[in-house]
Amino acid sequence: MALSFDELDFGPPDYKEMLPPVVQRNYGKWKYHEELEPGVYKHVSESGEEAYTVRAGQPKFIASETVLKLCDLADKYANGYLRFTSRHSVEFILDNKDNVEPLKKELAELGFPVGGTGRTVRSIVACTGWVHCHTPATDSPGLQKVLMDELYDYFVSEKLPTRLTIAVSGCLNMCGAVHCSDIAILGVHRRPPTVIDEVVSKACEIPSMIAACPTYAIKPKMIKKEDGTTIRSISIDGEKCMYCGICYGLCPGTPLADPKNDGVSIWVGGKISNTRGGPAFSRLAVPFIPNNPPRWPEVVETVKKIIDAWASDAKPDERMGEWIERIGWTEFFERTGLEFTHKHIDDYIFNIRDMNAGARVKGKEMKKFS
Amino acid sequence: MASETPLLDELEKGPWPSIVKEIKKTGYTGLLKLYELNYEDKMTHWTHGGMVGVPGYDAGVIGRVSDRRDILADAHTIRFIQPAGWFYSTKKLRKLVELWNKYGSGLMNFHGATGDLQVVGIPTENIEPFFDEAAKEHWDIGGSAGDFRTASNCIGPARCEMACIDTNDIYHTLMTDEEILNDMHRPRFPYKFKVKISGCPTDCVAGVPRADFVIMGTWRDDIKIDQEEVRNYAKSGKVDVEYIVKNCPTNAMSWDGNELKINNDECVRCMYCLQKMPKALSPGDDRGATILVGGRARGRYGAFLAWTLIPFMKLEPPYTELKELMYKLLDWWDENGRAKERIGETIYRIGAGKFLHEVGLDPLPTMVKAPRNNPFWFYFPGEVQVDEE
Repeated sequence: MALSFDELDFGPPDYKEMLPPVVQRNYGKWKYHEELEPGVYKHVSESGEEAYTVRAGQPKFIASETVLKLCDLADKYANGYLRFTSRHSVEFILDNKDNVEPLKKELAELGFPVGGTGRTVRSIVACTGWVHCHTPATDSPGLQKVLMDELYDYFVSEKLPTRLTIAVSGCLNMCGAVHCSDIAILGVHRRPPTVIDEVVSKACEIPSMIAACPTYAIKPKMIKKEDGTTIRSISIDGEKCMYCGICYGLCPGTPLADPKNDGVSIWVGGKISNTRGGPAFSRLAVPFIPNNPPRWPEVVETVKKIIDAWASDAKPDERMGEWIERIGWTEFFERTGLEFTHKHIDDYIFNIRDMNAGARVKGKEMKKFS
Repeated sequence: MASETPLLDELEKGPWPSIVKEIKKTGYTGLLKLYELNYEDKMTHWTHGGMVGVPGYDAGVIGRVSDRRDILADAHTIRFIQPAGWFYSTKKLRKLVELWNKYGSGLMNFHGATGDLQVVGIPTENIEPFFDEAAKEHWDIGGSAGDFRTASNCIGPARCEMACIDTNDIYHTLMTDEEILNDMHRPRFPYKFKVKISGCPTDCVAGVPRADFVIMGTWRDDIKIDQEEVRNYAKSGKVDVEYIVKNCPTNAMSWDGNELKINNDECVRCMYCLQKMPKALSPGDDRGATILVGGRARGRYGAFLAWTLIPFMKLEPPYTELKELMYKLLDWWDENGRAKERIGETIYRIGAGKFLHEVGLDPLPTMVKAPRNNPFWFYFPGEVQVDEE
């Protein structure tokens, strides 16, 4: 029984009914906060009332059974309320300090690590990947899992110069916010789509595909069939295609998945917040690592190497990108042992913005490259 | 008996909570088998899901089918508009879980990249009865395709002393607006339009990299300083005040070991010192928002960061001026945008000067890093003298 028209378009549930009592009492009256330990904040209101937040990391998807367990904890310790952060973490806001330790203990029993505040690695943001998407070149939830396993200690204890944000996206759609993260893993296709003429002719808007292609690689084509009839499809210029997949987003007849050639790229130095130098894009560190499921050891090792190089040298509060800016890219590649290749020099339309205009080369770079 | 998912089983190891354990808990064996096959073949077996949805809405349900219908046929995604600030009462959540267990897979995502509460894996025939019941519990469907997407906002004044605007109230006002909900549920735009609301320039909801329209809390007057607390921070040894002063991006601070001074005319509201000393520093009292436009991830011209359109705007409920500004931009983009072109790209292709002229906003030096470096520009009609024939 469908809803009638005037029953539609009602919008989200009212947040005012979703706020924990301590938040309702102190809404807009918070004075300051302190981080008590990784994953635990104390917020103090003008009224003197205190709120204790316990933050825990979780996987990209959770079972309804787990949601109910989180609800049980919220009922027991947080007056029946909980919330989630923009990085997939779950938060409980308590009005009683005595509840912090028992809640932490129960979260640990549930396997949910408390952490991800202050000088820690933040919970990794991931897209749906191979769990539930038709475009990815790699599996983001799986990569989130293997990377967080390796970086677990950096999540639950404060051992880094400052926060470290990591994001994983399965393809160039970048649903996982990879373009502004300290470290980003981006799934890449490396071959043009396969054109399935029958599907393109039946299911796709050819003019939209032609218009959407950023490099004008798509052309219409007519195919004469043996029975004398013709069908409309497209051809893709393999020289022009840079495997972005936007055509596949529009049309099921142009899949890109290619187990032999798909894999991941690694990016570094991006940042979202306005602090100090402001927002910045992530830059290419490693153009390609083949997919090696289920645990992608080469990717994990490379990420670890990048973090070690940064963490051992960065000044307090210095984000990955700020550190690289200070030491220079030559030094970054030297210290991480990563190779600087043709792929690192932009050959898309922005090339000139990234070139080193002028002749300012460091002495050590002169010696290294002569 | 040997495991049917030997590859995925490897993801049950290690200290971080396991996605595979979660999928197994749902008993959603079709998805588990397909996921294992994706690992085995090193590629996705998901394909386009075609047009699915609920009567009255043309968005918010994402069709998803696999190319191995023998393992799992249709397993669609539904996006629900999340409550402001991603706050939930367990009462509300338990009821949704109950319905989702009845009609869907039991697998849930808190939350999607845009902000929605996503439930994943529902067969086509269950979509309508599920929504009928969910709607009774006040769960409305969110955006997808070329429409006004579900917005998202940071925690704001609910638990943050830096919040300069009521992010929750602004979000809820926009998300319950009749015109906006119509544009969310019935796509008519060239592409998606994302709105993100951050309470301060720390931008915890990543508006700058991802949103077409960003509402970012800020202040116009002076940072409030509690000198005693600055000295306490310095004494505690936990905060190096001198180091913070040295790292101020506009050199707007000074510290003599006793008194902290801030040149508020030079301060760019980057939030660094406030984050480091929240007990001593707080945003001023003359609060409002900076409005930014044009962020997006990948695209024809690469990724874009949103840029400052309006340096400061007062925001008061019911935020009529804000909505009018947003719809002025939306209408311009609807008129000028090409298919799959976000507003930032339309502005880039047509020219920011022409865009400002046509939407009736004044050009400001705060919009650019520097003025243009080339002499190739166009004139608006009437700007130059034309001899009459």
